[in-house]
Amino acid sequence: MLKFLLRRFAIMVLTALCLTLVVFFLTNLPPNLEKLAKSEVGSRITDEAVASWLMKNGYDRPLLVRYGEWLGVAPGWTREDEGVTTGRCIAHGQDPATAPRFCGVLQGDWGYSSFFKAPVAQKLGYHLGLTGILMFWVMVLMVPAALLIGVLAGMREGSKLDRSLSTFSIASTATPEYVSGVILIAVFASSMFGLKWFKGTASGAMDDITFDNFFLPVLTIALYGIGYIARMTRASMTEVMTAQYIRTARLKGVSFGKVVTRHALRNALIAPFTVIMLQFPWLLNGVVIVETLFSYKGFGWTLVQAAGNNDIPLLLGCSVVAVFVVLVTQLISDVGYVFLNPRIRIS
Amino acid sequence: MDELSSGAILLAVIKRFLPVWIALIVTFAVSIRYKRRLGLYGRLFDSTIGMIGFALVMFWVFTALFSDLIVTRDVLSQISGMKNKVPGTPVPDGSGWYLFGGDHLGRDVFSRMVAGSRVVIEIAPLATLFAFMVGITLGLPAGYYGGKLDAGLSFLANLILAFPVILLFYLLVTPEIVETGLPQYIAIVLFLFPIIFLMVLVNSRYYVMPAFRTKVLTLIAVIGGYLYLSLVGEVGTRVAVLPNALDLIHVPGNILIVFVSVVFVNSPTVFRIVRGLTLDIKTRDYVSAAQTRGERPWYIMLWEILPNARGPLIVDFCLRIGYTTILLGTLGFFGLGLSPESPDWGSTINAGRKLLTIAPHPAIVPALALMSLVLGLNLLADGLREESLKD
Repeated sequence: MLKFLLRRFAIMVLTALCLTLVVFFLTNLPPNLEKLAKSEVGSRITDEAVASWLMKNGYDRPLLVRYGEWLGVAPGWTREDEGVTTGRCIAHGQDPATAPRFCGVLQGDWGYSSFFKAPVAQKLGYHLGLTGILMFWVMVLMVPAALLIGVLAGMREGSKLDRSLSTFSIASTATPEYVSGVILIAVFASSMFGLKWFKGTASGAMDDITFDNFFLPVLTIALYGIGYIARMTRASMTEVMTAQYIRTARLKGVSFGKVVTRHALRNALIAPFTVIMLQFPWLLNGVVIVETLFSYKGFGWTLVQAAGNNDIPLLLGCSVVAVFVVLVTQLISDVGYVFLNPRIRIS
Repeated sequence: MDELSSGAILLAVIKRFLPVWIALIVTFAVSIRYKRRLGLYGRLFDSTIGMIGFALVMFWVFTALFSDLIVTRDVLSQISGMKNKVPGTPVPDGSGWYLFGGDHLGRDVFSRMVAGSRVVIEIAPLATLFAFMVGITLGLPAGYYGGKLDAGLSFLANLILAFPVILLFYLLVTPEIVETGLPQYIAIVLFLFPIIFLMVLVNSRYYVMPAFRTKVLTLIAVIGGYLYLSLVGEVGTRVAVLPNALDLIHVPGNILIVFVSVVFVNSPTVFRIVRGLTLDIKTRDYVSAAQTRGERPWYIMLWEILPNARGPLIVDFCLRIGYTTILLGTLGFFGLGLSPESPDWGSTINAGRKLLTIAPHPAIVPALALMSLVLGLNLLADGLREESLKD
């Protein structure tokens, strides 16, 4: 078990390094840097001015070295210019002697957002917190609903209940967030049907969460996930319901309800656990779409702003978070599956 | 002219779609008449779910095909008096109605929805097909040989799968990246796979008939190579191989990057599916029999294993076209790649969402269109799965 864990962990770290390097490469392409220089200095500067700005700010060195600096495994650059030493790790007006040698993500220095004019770590922390609240309510709504639908559909395969619930699951997986969100807003928040039950934007929810302004975004994200998890639960449930020990229990005279809740449910819920964990990366997509649609300033909104405004440090920070979430949930789902399933755990 | 009532709008829309109805009725009549001779496709007409799905999908395919006959107005022309007008509003000059209303620039929502189907139907199936070629060409040897090759390719696939799709789109589909020529370099690699796939397919089968094999291989190399160079290269960009006179296929840089990134995102999943199926099938007796006969590995992979994996692959193909449609919509929704003028559904939803609470129809119409197409593909996949499991 320990060896398995270590192996998985090593692969995870390697994957994270590869992915951040790719992101670093894609965000630091020459056109991006040129655009950055122009937005920092002025849009009408000459090519020489761009080159000299890039040199002054340490962007002219090889990509791998800069990646090492950003990560915090290579010492930050320093430059002597007319007796004034500037460097990556030297804050404005700081004495170069007291500045640390390394300053990267590993040291907790995520850089300075060029668009928001604030430290990336602080900015990300705030917006991630907002997304955390959103995700919490999504989970609260999505997981029980999906499991309930899946179990109800799977306990009697081929019944009318199964057919209608399965069709609902298919329909919900066929409706991406930007479609369901638009439809939900039009139906419940616009003048089209005159319902106006909820608000069409969640911008007020950042300070004060109410049912009015938060239910639609939560429902929109949850709907897309419900269908998929429910289908997996149903498949797992139908498989368990045909097992020998279920038939034995039924023949012994245990009631159908008891068989489902006591005998089948526990075994049927192992597979959906993995699926729910693997849904996180998809939820991340949903979060970006829904936060844009409902103008809720969470992590997804930050990512869109960073990408749209060529904010390289912030975009890198967002990618680290996204990659971290994806990889950790993968690890948990792998380990959790082994742990939950006694057939694998004991052998 | 008066404003149309909802019943009159419905009638007018049904009338506009007349060519589609005729084509649908002909397709269904012919298919049902000969369904016993048509294999898996024919058996689809035994399942209600499958038929509903197929009808929805074919509806949009025919709409894309006949879109020039169906549209009522020019897709881009704006009439200032028609901004955000409700469905059924007559045009000021009396030349007709805006059946589904006008959008925020005074363009006809109905015509844009119809024209948008063409963008989706052109890109989504082709991109999925390319993703399958890549996935199959890499997944078969990974599953068959195993070992280091499998470990390396699986690591790469997991790497791409661990990348959040939206982040990847935001990094790949930007004007800056198009400027560096990166999409064309990715295209150079990805578009090579269909040619490799076809050549290996032919070579492994007709290895014992060298004369015939060489003829077919040359043909594939010449035609495929020409299409390849024409598709990848573009005069005036970083990759310009063919001169302008010979370069017949002009793919604008932003469409190419959309295509490439969609293929790129889909291929690893296909790879994983093919690899899993190969691992399962290679333990079967007929594979051992072929090995004992002395067949070479690629023959076994392409002519013994692949045909026996077709059931799950066809089902996944349908689902994946739906997923690709969703991805294209996502790109449009974030205004990435496709031009904002483009009538594709994602971009129209993006344009319409800003006024959603006041005038919801410009966003609702393409949203429902996209949903019905994806739903159709999902139902079709479900029907195919049910029917292919019956034997």
